[in-house]
Amino acid sequence: MGLAKRIIPCLDVDNGRVVKGVQFLDIRDAGDPVEVAKRYDEQGADEITFLDITASSDDRETTVHMVEAIASQVFIPLTVGGGIRTCEDIRRMLNAGADKVGINTAAVFNPEFVREAAQRFGSQCIVVAIDAKKVSAEGEADKWEIFTHGGRKPTGLDAVEWAKKMVDYGAGEILLTSMDRDGTKNGFDLGVTRAISEAVHVPVIASGGVGNLDHLVDGVIEGKADAVLAASIFHFGEYSIAQAKQRMTDAGIEMRL
Amino acid sequence: MTDITKRDVKHSTVAVIDYGMGNLHSVAKALEHVADEHTTVVVTSDPAVIDAADRVLLPGVGAIRDCIGEMYNTGLVPSIRKAMKEKPFLAICVGIQSLMSHSEENGGVDCLNHFAGNALFFGNNHKDYDGSKLKVPHMGWNQVKHTIKHPLWEGIPDNARFYFVHSFYVVPENKAEVAGTCDYGLEFCVALARDNVFAVQFHPEKSHKDGLQLYKNFIHWDGKP
Repeated sequence: MGLAKRIIPCLDVDNGRVVKGVQFLDIRDAGDPVEVAKRYDEQGADEITFLDITASSDDRETTVHMVEAIASQVFIPLTVGGGIRTCEDIRRMLNAGADKVGINTAAVFNPEFVREAAQRFGSQCIVVAIDAKKVSAEGEADKWEIFTHGGRKPTGLDAVEWAKKMVDYGAGEILLTSMDRDGTKNGFDLGVTRAISEAVHVPVIASGGVGNLDHLVDGVIEGKADAVLAASIFHFGEYSIAQAKQRMTDAGIEMRL
Repeated sequence: MTDITKRDVKHSTVAVIDYGMGNLHSVAKALEHVADEHTTVVVTSDPAVIDAADRVLLPGVGAIRDCIGEMYNTGLVPSIRKAMKEKPFLAICVGIQSLMSHSEENGGVDCLNHFAGNALFFGNNHKDYDGSKLKVPHMGWNQVKHTIKHPLWEGIPDNARFYFVHSFYVVPENKAEVAGTCDYGLEFCVALARDNVFAVQFHPEKSHKDGLQLYKNFIHWDGKP
């Protein structure tokens, strides 16, 4: 009895379309975000996260309409990240039906933006996304640093200290992506996940590196994550959300079934 | 001229109160999703529309001081109080906290005092029974235990999971008004009921089929406990 750990499928969207490919046997157009969101909802996803990779800000209006369409038909929490730089960006996404927004690079360049956003909209809808990379050498004490630009640019910011600062500024949740693991299918970086989860009082979502269902279990049990986010293992039909929940339940993790 | 004989006698209106705290899209869409052809859902800040509605839903987002402040600034408090006296009324999330006497959020804020009692902070050092750390806000899907039988629980299994996101919880003085509880390091009240008023801490519009069922129950509720 108690709060369930969450499984969050993540979708990349460009100009209102799901990209990087999502496959379902019984879905005609797997690029349609509404159809994809409905399918994950039916499979038992606890939330859905959209990462907006639309290049032009003019096209962002398309994303707003997409969120509106999804929020009219899918009744679970929706998070939108990517390109959130101003309070106006946040207001538009929330009014369209998003429950939370993810702030990443904008937080690094202007931490006050997180404070302003949390004061204006409430911490409950402000997710700060952190891209971390291990910078300590073998044999040294573990140390992770914040990177921007898809993991290419170091910032000199210590990941654990940064997470604590973002929570002080009003972040209601931390989405932690290991840039070392992202795309590798070798599992989460459990060290940084645990270090940050134990350092802050808000929920932490582990992301980056999921290749099988045991990785999800490890993220919660060893990484102490409150939620696990994955993309490709669900998109290509390797596993369903329901299978993932069953595996986690079998491992003794409380889930919403 | 309106032909009174052709008027849809079964027609009813649900007013979702908009007092400027944003994001009512999901609430309205969820209500529309379960509404039948006799039900109209309106999002409104007009006291006249609220007064004329058959049912009223009070949402709540953000911090309590802004929430209560905006209710007064928009001049909607008299309509809210009137609705709570006479028709089926549902408050959600911060809405439930706004109906208490007082909240300790924002350094202490007096609320609408419909239910005697306070909204308290879980604290940033909240612990589970075994001493392990619990995250605050209480965010995610937790089980809701029905402590009374009520028309709004109809068709919803006991201990079904609903979506929560909050850092404050209500402690009513009159335990007979508690309709549901949840467990997160302590057992606390997540649903209150008295006469035609029902209030919940979770978000039915984000709680999948059980949340939609609660909205459906509300749309058909006659306001009797």
